[in-house]
Amino acid sequence: TTIMAVQFDGGVVLGADSRTSTGSYVANRVSDKIVPIHDFIWTCRSGSAADTQAVADYVKYYVDAHSMELGRLPRVRTVANLMRKICYNNKDNLMAGLIVGGWDPYEGGQVYEIPLGGTIMRQKFALGGSGSSYIYGLVDSYYREGMTREECEIFVKKSISHAMARDGSSGGVIRITTIQSTGVQRQCILGSDVCMAMRWNHDYFYHGLNQRLKDG
Amino acid sequence: MDAPHSMGTTIIGMEYAEGVILGADSRTTTGLYVANRASDKITQLTDNVYVCRSGSAADSQVVSDYVRYFLNQHTIQIGKAASVKTAATLVRELSYQNKSFLETGLIVAGWDTHEGGSVYGVPLGGTMLRLPFATGGSGCSYLYGFLDQAWQPNMSREDAEKLVVKAIALAIARDGASGGVVRTINVNAYGVERNFYAGDQLPLFYDELAPRPTLIHF
Repeated sequence: TTIMAVQFDGGVVLGADSRTSTGSYVANRVSDKIVPIHDFIWTCRSGSAADTQAVADYVKYYVDAHSMELGRLPRVRTVANLMRKICYNNKDNLMAGLIVGGWDPYEGGQVYEIPLGGTIMRQKFALGGSGSSYIYGLVDSYYREGMTREECEIFVKKSISHAMARDGSSGGVIRITTIQSTGVQRQCILGSDVCMAMRWNHDYFYHGLNQRLKDG
Repeated sequence: MDAPHSMGTTIIGMEYAEGVILGADSRTTTGLYVANRASDKITQLTDNVYVCRSGSAADSQVVSDYVRYFLNQHTIQIGKAASVKTAATLVRELSYQNKSFLETGLIVAGWDTHEGGSVYGVPLGGTMLRLPFATGGSGCSYLYGFLDQAWQPNMSREDAEKLVVKAIALAIARDGASGGVVRTINVNAYGVERNFYAGDQLPLFYDELAPRPTLIHF
């Protein structure tokens, strides 16, 4: 899996690949790893599919009740905190790496990362999943403060396509969810549109291939 | 303190227009202790071929010593400089035939008259693969995405060197087992040149502080 979230002024962009594997078999090549917890707060899931589905369902239930009692939109911080409590208190029995991203009227766009042990960290951007190791260098060099929504989307697409190129457990399509005060938009970037992350490999090894095929 | 010396490392070998650049960090650890913070992980095999070493310090030193010895004899026998492919093949033979005893990943790179600059990766297990750029060590995982995107064919010497230094700085930022200074070696038709980049000369990334003599505000 590769999951990612980036904060920008006025919202967040969440991205994920779509491969679920059991060993070397790809059980679902079009899975949706980004789930809604509330209208403007979504979560990226990585680790055990069963564990993360269970945690997300619990949090969704609690937040639903909480926001009705409150009579207002819930804070992203609250959702992340609830998620963290469940992950920390059941740390021995869970394998869940989550990224909570959302918008609220109080603090704007926020990204919270909740890795395996149940820590919680607010960050400008967060990476998770097995494919994330391969793109730390890329995101560290590419990221800068003050990116616009479009720039963040390009950043997420590029990074996830590079992770998918190198990680066997990541692949399929790239799903992007952009959350702003005006609403939530979901995109799906198909294989043919994922940028050719390994262009150098193609050019280096297939140099002149088309010409040689033509020549016979 | 008694744990075997390991070079949790980041090493890179990269082709550019006229030759190759080899780069490495300088941290050697025994467990959590940094046994050597200024080690030199790039070793000479012949005048025109160098190797970057990673994994067990002992194993990589022994393998490169053997290969240097064989290449020395080979050079005398053939009467001219050894090719990079020969050096890499020797490294591979030793790595593969002794795979159960060794734990070392090596990158052999250099310049010769047949192929110009070439880089061969010889990771754990003893595969040999010629690549335009190769990475190794514990820090290399973090660099795949960056180098896949940033490497271009036929770069100039300055661009290639900057890319290698930036890549190692990125790996040092994320990998606890890599650190210290960045050493690079440039090998081309005209010869060999060593470079050294101390911590304050490395590029900084978005969340790092610029170096100052003291953090106390006067």
